Amino acid sequence: MAFPPKTPSAHSRSRSETKTPLSSSFYAAANASNPFLVASRPASRAASPVKKSSSQAHASLKRQASVGLIRKGGVESRLDVVTRDYVPPPPKSEKRSRSQPSRDTRDRFITTRDPADEVAATLDLMSLNPESASPGHTARLAAATGVPLNRRILAYHEPPPPASSDPLMAQARELVRPLYARAGSTPGSGSASTGTKDRKISTSAQRVLDAPGMIDDFYLNLISWSSLNVVGIALGSSVYVWKAETGEVTLISEGPEDSYIASLDFSNDGQYLGIGYPNGAVELWDLEAQQKLRTMTGHSAQVGVLSWNGHVLSSGCQDGSIWHHDVRVARHKVMELLGHQGEVCGLKWRADGELLASGGNDNVLNIWDGRVGDVGPSTPSSARWTKRNHTAAVKAVAWCPWQPALLASGGGTSDATVHIWNTTTGARLHSLVTPAQISSIQWSPHRKEFLTTHGYPTNAIMVHSYPSMDKVAEIKDAHDSRVLFSAISPNGELLCTAAGDENLKFWKIWEAPKVKKKEAKDSSRMGSTKVGILGIR
Amino acid sequence: MAPTKQKHAPTRQAITLKGSTALVTEFFKFAANTILFQRGVYPADDFHMVKKYGQTVLVTQDLALENYLDKILKQVNQWLLTGSITQLVLAIISKDSRTPLERWVFDINLVEPPAATESPQAASAKPESEIQAEIRNILKQIVSTVTFLPVIDEPTVFNILAYTKESVDVPANEWVDTDPLAIEASKSQQVKLRSFSTDVHRIEAMVAYRYEG
Repeated sequence: MAFPPKTPSAHSRSRSETKTPLSSSFYAAANASNPFLVASRPASRAASPVKKSSSQAHASLKRQASVGLIRKGGVESRLDVVTRDYVPPPPKSEKRSRSQPSRDTRDRFITTRDPADEVAATLDLMSLNPESASPGHTARLAAATGVPLNRRILAYHEPPPPASSDPLMAQARELVRPLYARAGSTPGSGSASTGTKDRKISTSAQRVLDAPGMIDDFYLNLISWSSLNVVGIALGSSVYVWKAETGEVTLISEGPEDSYIASLDFSNDGQYLGIGYPNGAVELWDLEAQQKLRTMTGHSAQVGVLSWNGHVLSSGCQDGSIWHHDVRVARHKVMELLGHQGEVCGLKWRADGELLASGGNDNVLNIWDGRVGDVGPSTPSSARWTKRNHTAAVKAVAWCPWQPALLASGGGTSDATVHIWNTTTGARLHSLVTPAQISSIQWSPHRKEFLTTHGYPTNAIMVHSYPSMDKVAEIKDAHDSRVLFSAISPNGELLCTAAGDENLKFWKIWEAPKVKKKEAKDSSRMGSTKVGILGIR
Repeated sequence: MAPTKQKHAPTRQAITLKGSTALVTEFFKFAANTILFQRGVYPADDFHMVKKYGQTVLVTQDLALENYLDKILKQVNQWLLTGSITQLVLAIISKDSRTPLERWVFDINLVEPPAATESPQAASAKPESEIQAEIRNILKQIVSTVTFLPVIDEPTVFNILAYTKESVDVPANEWVDTDPLAIEASKSQQVKLRSFSTDVHRIEAMVAYRYEG
């Protein structure tokens, strides 16, 4: 409620609020609102407004002014004594509760102080203030704390060198980083090898075979590598098999000139070969006898992809349907899966036959329950998972050999992304964007890696580590045109790719560990006899 | 200007001023290196381990930094010989905002010579092993301060400040007067560390760090 008193003007009407909170109590008794009344004041006041300004009056007026009470109207109001409107009483210096000498209210931000004032600066470290303290006090304090008054603070004129100014050290640090990194955080650390530098994946093919008549169509699946180490390839309307161990080429099937083969796949035991045709027919061939065993018709459109599961051969059709054929029975069509609006271009059974993954030209990835025949042949069943993340045709689907729930799917030109799925939960675990259309994916049985083959525009083969998704290797321009088809050898070491440039190339990608190789060979041989020997009636 | 003062008879294995300053300077070198490593002022893999004081200490491999420290410490050595330096401060400041985050303060005091009338036999030289043990303890303590010192995330820069007497001989172009880079008193916490002494010098260590609230 204390206003600073207005400077009294010459007007007699102006009222100066001169009552202040610090007014002495003896004014309180007076009717202070009436500035005219100044009764009951001590004798020190200069009572009467005299016209002449005596020095005494002056002094007392000054005193009055200093406590903020100006009697108006009198001559003193015209005296220019009010130079200070409100002078607070000298503030009591607060005693800080800390055990440090009392400070004044000076700024404690030392760094902004004039650096020439070192003495004060240094003493301020001890919160001494030589300006306000007496020299004797300062000296006593200095003696007590041992801080001499006369000192200089020196620093070397150059600033310290920045970190890693030594390029060699910086480089060494970069090279050594993988040693300190956590698993999966640095490139190549996800793979089993200790140093990715040691691995050299040859960018040139180990072997190149001629494949005249290979059709350059993204939606076909024209090569397969059987568990008996035989590569089957469809050139035009003929099927050739190449025995990897002997290098011998055998013509299995020769069809009419004007037709072509759309897909082929070896059965799990390598004894039988399924061939899909553009007219919807699926043929079954016996490889040992090199004879056609049966033709399964019924599809209304091209059968672009096949996948075996024991005695069940699944075919994906251009109309989007997937049929399961039980090759042992006369009525071969045992089930139909309708989940795609577009051509089915990717189809893969999981090794244990529990799930079937299918990808279509409608950009949809479906994962189906593998039980066949429960629901009945004509009842369409719905997919366990339907994933629409891809923005282009999903031709590349591959199941992970060491972690059965993992499925990798790759999209076409406008998508070019690999998604890794957990098929138990349906979750998308990882995604990897690649620079080109993905035509196939193969997982490595030996390392935690997978590779992708690409078409537009890089025509490359890329090897990635899992789960870090880091690029392990890239074989650029693996073919002169899009790498469309790929198959991996039963021992997991060689990759065979085919493209429209009429070449069949073999690449050494993954080295099988020596010990395991023997076991793998044994087991594959044993495995082939264990897994469903087909008996065809 | 500083004669080699011998406090005891030459025949004794006593420490001389020169020897003591050498010891102190060496201590500063290793203490500075340890602090720079522990507080992450320089990347950790710039440092390699050497055996010193009966334990392994980390010393920088960065040549530029090593040269810089050597130049500074050479001058500090000179000042120690003349007795003009009273305090050595290693201040760690934030690179961007230049606010001082930590100040490692090493007080240098001259040990009072024993009473003049004492005979050489009465005053025993401090064995080097004892001095080394004390230095070892300080270095270990510096390392242990990481448990309470606030974590420094931002890039930092260090500055070495020498508090000297007025009358000191300063090589003109090399050392400049500067401000003490003190931490605001309301935000500073101080911890006194162990000290060590030779027969000539007594070094006390203290760390003041910036602590908000």
